[in-house]
Amino acid sequence: MDYNGGTVLAMAGKNCVVVGSDKRLGVQNLTVSTEFQKVFPVTEKCYIALPGLATDVQTLSELFRLKCNMYKLREEREIEPLTLANMISSTLYGRRFGPYFCEPIIAGLDKNNKPHIYGMDLIGCLNYPDDFTVAGCAEAALFGMCESLWEPDLEPDELFETASQALLSAADRNSLVGWGAVIHTM
Amino acid sequence: MDSIVNKFKRSTSTWGDHNMLVNFDVTKEFSLPSFDIPPCHNPIEFLKHNTDEKSNAECRIKFKHGTTTLAFKFQGGIIVSVDSRATAGSVIVTQNIRKIIEINPYLLGTMAGGAADCTFWERELGRRCRLYELRNKERISVSAASKLLGNIVYSFKGMGLSMGTMVVGWDKTGPNIYYVDADGTRLKGDLFSVGSGSPFAYGVLDSAYDFDMSAHDAAELGRRAVYHAAHRDAASGGNIHVYHVKQSGWENLGFRDFDDLHWEYQDQPKPSIIGDVQPMMLNIQD
Repeated sequence: MDYNGGTVLAMAGKNCVVVGSDKRLGVQNLTVSTEFQKVFPVTEKCYIALPGLATDVQTLSELFRLKCNMYKLREEREIEPLTLANMISSTLYGRRFGPYFCEPIIAGLDKNNKPHIYGMDLIGCLNYPDDFTVAGCAEAALFGMCESLWEPDLEPDELFETASQALLSAADRNSLVGWGAVIHTM
Repeated sequence: MDSIVNKFKRSTSTWGDHNMLVNFDVTKEFSLPSFDIPPCHNPIEFLKHNTDEKSNAECRIKFKHGTTTLAFKFQGGIIVSVDSRATAGSVIVTQNIRKIIEINPYLLGTMAGGAADCTFWERELGRRCRLYELRNKERISVSAASKLLGNIVYSFKGMGLSMGTMVVGWDKTGPNIYYVDADGTRLKGDLFSVGSGSPFAYGVLDSAYDFDMSAHDAAELGRRAVYHAAHRDAASGGNIHVYHVKQSGWENLGFRDFDDLHWEYQDQPKPSIIGDVQPMMLNIQD
C-alpha cells in the first residue's frame, strides 16, 4: 500500500453516497503522475475505488469492467452494489495465495436508491459499514477524520463537503497522498 | 543551628571573578558534550545494527528524513534555499520546520537528515564559533567553522548520526560553501544540493545557472529549484525559504508557501532555461 501511495474513502448519507480518492501516483517518494485514476464507474449509480499497487489497480479495473459488462449482457440489467461487492470479493479470494495488492471499496445506490458502501481487504473479506469506509496509504489518518466529521443522514451537498474535508486533511498529513482529489456523489 | 547554616553559606568573595578564572578548565569547557552510550561490548556495532537502514532494515530506530536544500555562489554572494517539510516515514510531522540555521550574522547552516542531530550540532557549532571569536578577536572563517563541525561528526562516525549539511558564509576570503555530512565528508564548492529532492534541484540549477546573474534572478532560481524538487519529491514541501549571503552578512529574503507558488508558476510562461535548441534533424541527416 505504501509503494505507489494513494488513498480512497466512501461515505453514506441520506439517500446518497460519495466515493473519492486522491490523484497522486508515485514510486515511493518520487511523484510520477498527478492525474492517476483510482475510482472507476460501474453503472450510473455505482463506483469501485481501487487503492494499492498501481499495476493491480489497472488490471483489476479492467477485469471488473469485463465482468460487469458480461453480467449486463447475460442478465439484461445493471449490477446491484451488493452483487458487485460479492463478485469482487470472490475474484480477490481466487488469488488467496498470491493476492492482488489492492483493497477495493464499493459505493453505490441500489434499485430502490438505498445507499450501500462496502470495504474489503486484499483477499476479499467483506465489510458492510453503514457510515463510512476508507482504504489505502492514509487509512489511519482518514479513519480519524471520518470518525470526527461524519454525521448520520447528511444531504448530498453536506456529505460531499464532509468527504472532501476528510480526504484533504488526511492527504495533508501523508507525503504519499495528495495532488488533488476526486469525489463522486450519487 | 548556625553550624548548619554555615555549612551551606558561601561568602560572595569565594565566588568572585578570581576563583572563576582559576577554576576555569579550558579542556573541560571546550570538550565535546558527553553522551550516554549503549552499555555493551561494542557500542558502534550495536548502534550500526539499530540505526543504519542499509545494514538492517527491520529493527532500526527511525529518524526524520527527506529534504531539499541548496546553496550556490554567484556574482552577488550566495543564495541558500530550502523547503520546510519534516517527515517520519510517510507521515508529515510538520510543514513548518526551519532548515536554515542562523549560526551567527555571517554564517548559515542548512539541515538535511536527522532533524535533532542537525539542530543540536549546528547550535553547538554556533557556541564554538562565538568562543573562537572571543579568544581570537576576529570572526571564524567558513573553512574553520565547517572543519569544527566535520571533526565533531567524525568523532561519532558509525554511531548513527544522520546529517547532510552545508555551512555557508562570508569571511576574509569572500563567499564560501562547505558541504559536511555525517560520514565525515567535507567538501568546498560553488554549488551544492543536499537531501532526497536534490537530484531534481540539481537539474533545474544546472540548466539555468549563470554566475553573472542578478541577486533577484539568483534568488528566484534558488526558489524555483526547490519548488521543482518539492513538486516531484514527496518528502519535500511546505514553505520555501530563501537567504542571500552578502559581504555585510546574510539577509533573510522570506519564505513562500509551496502551494501558492505552484499556482503562480502554472500561470507564468515557462522560463527559457535550455537556450536555443538545435533541430534534431541535423544529426539524423549526418
